[in-house]
Amino acid sequence: MSFEPKILGILCNWCSYSGADLAGTSRKKYPANIRIMRVMCSGRVDPVFILKAMESGADGVLVLGCHPGDCHYSEGNYKTIRRMTMLQKLTDQMGIESDRIRLDWVSASEGDNFSAIIRDMTEKIKKLGPFPRNGGNNG
Amino acid sequence: MKKISIDPITRLEGHGKIEIFLNDEGTVENSYFQVPELRGFEKFSEGRLAEDMPQITQRICGVCPEAHHLASTKTLDALFHVTPTSTAKKIRELLYSSFYVTDHTTHFYILGGPDFIMGPEAPAAERNIIGVIGKVGLELAGAVINIRKKNHHVISMIGGRAVHPVFGQPGGISKGIDEEERREIEQIAKDSLEFAKLSLKVFDDIVLKNKEYVDMIVSDAYTHKTYYMGMVDGNNKVNFYDGKVRVVDPDGKEFAKFEPKDYLEHIAEHVEPWSYIKFPYLKKIGWKGFVDGKDSGVFRVAPLARLNAADGMATLLAQEEYEKMYTILGGKPVHHTLAMHWARLIELVYAAERMLELAQDPEITGTNVRHIPSAVPDEGVGIVEAPRGTLIHHYITDEYGVIKKANLIVATVHNGAAVNMSINKAARALIQPSKEITEGLLNRIEMAWRPYDLCLACASHNLPGHPALPMYVYNNKREIIKSWE
Amino acid sequence: MAKLKVALYWAASCGGCDIGFLEIGEKLLKLIEVADVVFWPVAMDVKYKDVEAMPDRSIDVCIFNGAIRSSEQEHLAKILREKSKVMIAYGACAYGGGIPGLANMYNREMIMERAYLETPSTINPGKIMPQTSYQSPEGELTLPKLFDTVKTLSQTVKVEYIIPGCPPEERTTWMALEALIEGKLPPVGTVITDNIKAVCDDCPRKRDVKKVKKFYRTYEIISDPEICLLEQGIICAGIATRGGCGSPCPQANMPCTGCYGPVNDVIDQGAHFMNAVASVIDSNEPEEIEKILEDVRDPAGTFYRYNLPDSILRRARV
Ligand code: SF4
Ligand code: SF4
Ligand code: SF4
Ligand code: FES
Repeated sequence: MSFEPKILGILCNWCSYSGADLAGTSRKKYPANIRIMRVMCSGRVDPVFILKAMESGADGVLVLGCHPGDCHYSEGNYKTIRRMTMLQKLTDQMGIESDRIRLDWVSASEGDNFSAIIRDMTEKIKKLGPFPRNGGNNG
Repeated sequence: MKKISIDPITRLEGHGKIEIFLNDEGTVENSYFQVPELRGFEKFSEGRLAEDMPQITQRICGVCPEAHHLASTKTLDALFHVTPTSTAKKIRELLYSSFYVTDHTTHFYILGGPDFIMGPEAPAAERNIIGVIGKVGLELAGAVINIRKKNHHVISMIGGRAVHPVFGQPGGISKGIDEEERREIEQIAKDSLEFAKLSLKVFDDIVLKNKEYVDMIVSDAYTHKTYYMGMVDGNNKVNFYDGKVRVVDPDGKEFAKFEPKDYLEHIAEHVEPWSYIKFPYLKKIGWKGFVDGKDSGVFRVAPLARLNAADGMATLLAQEEYEKMYTILGGKPVHHTLAMHWARLIELVYAAERMLELAQDPEITGTNVRHIPSAVPDEGVGIVEAPRGTLIHHYITDEYGVIKKANLIVATVHNGAAVNMSINKAARALIQPSKEITEGLLNRIEMAWRPYDLCLACASHNLPGHPALPMYVYNNKREIIKSWE
Repeated sequence: MAKLKVALYWAASCGGCDIGFLEIGEKLLKLIEVADVVFWPVAMDVKYKDVEAMPDRSIDVCIFNGAIRSSEQEHLAKILREKSKVMIAYGACAYGGGIPGLANMYNREMIMERAYLETPSTINPGKIMPQTSYQSPEGELTLPKLFDTVKTLSQTVKVEYIIPGCPPEERTTWMALEALIEGKLPPVGTVITDNIKAVCDDCPRKRDVKKVKKFYRTYEIISDPEICLLEQGIICAGIATRGGCGSPCPQANMPCTGCYGPVNDVIDQGAHFMNAVASVIDSNEPEEIEKILEDVRDPAGTFYRYNLPDSILRRARV
């Protein structure tokens, strides 16, 4: 059986979640690999959520927010950029492939964009294979 | 052949062990000193920031963190091509001298010295600090505690913390000392010097006035003719903090003298399958096995080796004592392992004198304590004399000062081969088929390695100095006939 | 009241925790008045055999330092757990894996290869490696096997209390011992210090708004001794580290490196620290942020200096 990655999508309530909704209602095709968790703002996303998700079964984590400048809490997604840039430096160093963790922007009208991102990410993680939990070994 | 399994729990005892094998005749066939762990600092230093290394590498050993901290800081000076300010250099050495006072005191009175002070045949229950107190008196015991406490205070005042200081930086230190602190340190240095003198007197009374002891010191069982290594200043005097590394041959003639950066031309390490520690030797002579003599690359480090490798001590009183030791023991070099205890006390005097000198130096309260490096970092080697011997740090970084490669040769490791040989020789000399293997006899074997002040935290880059190593003696059927745990 | 029975032990440790413990000096005597130290390898001559022979739960408190790095250390932790009513993780190594836990950036093979084959001073043409079992001409010699991944004490056995620090400062140790002596131990799970807030809380440096355009490495600048280091662009862990040490590091002009572990309710000190640092960056531009973060060249070693094995990721994928 081919490997079907599990991806956790953490979506901000205002833009991205609506974008995903649109993709769903307009039956835009996207792989069923994503589980969605809704937050009020991408600025609410703590790196701990991402690390926890990876250690508890996800093969990748996608964070989606409103486009820069469009955050409903004005500054939230800038905070997200700073945190995610920092986190990515750490995960690179820890040997976690950069394609497994992604930050992107989807507005309420971008159902297509949403599907494209999910497809792209799923493809990439399929190539990488499952994420080795617990460091892969504990001998 | 009968396979002997030792209850795994006893195997855990201590962080190192000694195995002695007897042959059919009941004499010693061979012995092994094993260190059972490795922490891998050379590897996990890769990727770290160079400036974090003084604080990272000192976690190799909580007994001598100051030595690692300073060896590492000096490596950073070299790596960043920056010279520390004169005040900074002196403050570093001041802290280091103070540290030497505490460390040599700890070894002489608490770790290595007790069985020496108490005598080889004293019951095990007395060969400890409590026994020492009984013998030297409560007053001196109080002085031991006091002097350690005061010097720890000096270390935390200068270094930021008493265990694992934080002050080392390339080109200097993180903060200076003011006049009030200086005065306090000066007083502690004076107290330390008095204490050092007192310790020499104790040694004189207990050991030197006792012919049996002196005979034991010079006996063949505790003698090895090897090369000696230690750091010297511009006048070939012992220096703990800075200088060139000098090696003398078993006749006491200078064999090599080199800058820290050239250590790889002179020192190589041999690997054995039965221990996690490696065995350094003189590269130009080569590894000839666990043997002494001029044709073997085995060398020794630590107090006696430092004194042998130098032409004298840089301070007055220590120089006097230095001359006295060599006169009594018949000239240089001294090959008697047990004389290491004596050499340690001479160094204690030197450390206290040097500490006082530095505390009285007008530059010591200077406020210029750091030069900011401007060159691109690349590669550096830093060497100090740790109490247990020459300590080498060597890092290579990228242009941003991130460690690409690190190599560490720590003090106790240099003595690895010699410790093995010392145990072997003492065991061969002392274990006789006709004689019962008593506790006292095993203690006499133990006395062959005690003087090295083994710090197995350093040796395995992992484990703390255990005061006693378990020892197992096997007969020709490989059954344990005696153990000493 | 019967005297307390106390045991002290070290596993993969540097010995600094024992030295630190000894530094409590005269207070140690106070402890001895109310407690019998039944086991302490560094200072007394009790055998492992004797410990094994003790009835279960016959030791009141075991104070354990050092990380778990080999099967033997794991074994001993388990035995001491059985024999003790209360197990205390003492020091950063037992608590979070400590600095030796940085070995989790690599694995056993890489560590062995570096030490025995690769280092420039090693001459080993026969590629000899230490063996867990070796047949010498005289008989078998054994060495313990090292784990690939360094573990914390609480990943090995159940732990009731934690005394943080590398090593714990005297005041911290004393606070815990006093609680012990007076029989006033806090609820199980407590990390014992005298400040449940962050190191910043004990730090005398002046704090204002934290906004930085550039991070400095400690060797690059001479910092203002009165002002918060983080505000000057020097990464300081004080903001994400449990207080109680008295902030000796920032007082010595060096940043806190986080040895007291996370503050209350934080499960991953590194992530918390990282967040705090990210939030002081004074920019909204992705490229500029990227540029500013270029100066953070060792996130793992900076943010997880003392607790990589205790982090969510536990180790690098190598
Ligand atoms: S916590 Fe620090 S002082 Fe204690 S053993 Fe570990 S490295 Fe040493
Ligand atoms: S961040 Fe560091 S320097 Fe600033 S207040 Fe906190 S502990 Fe002090
Ligand atoms: S300031 Fe930070 S690193 Fe220094 S002792 Fe306190 S917690 Fe540890
Ligand atoms: S509300 Fe969407 S990112 Fe802030």
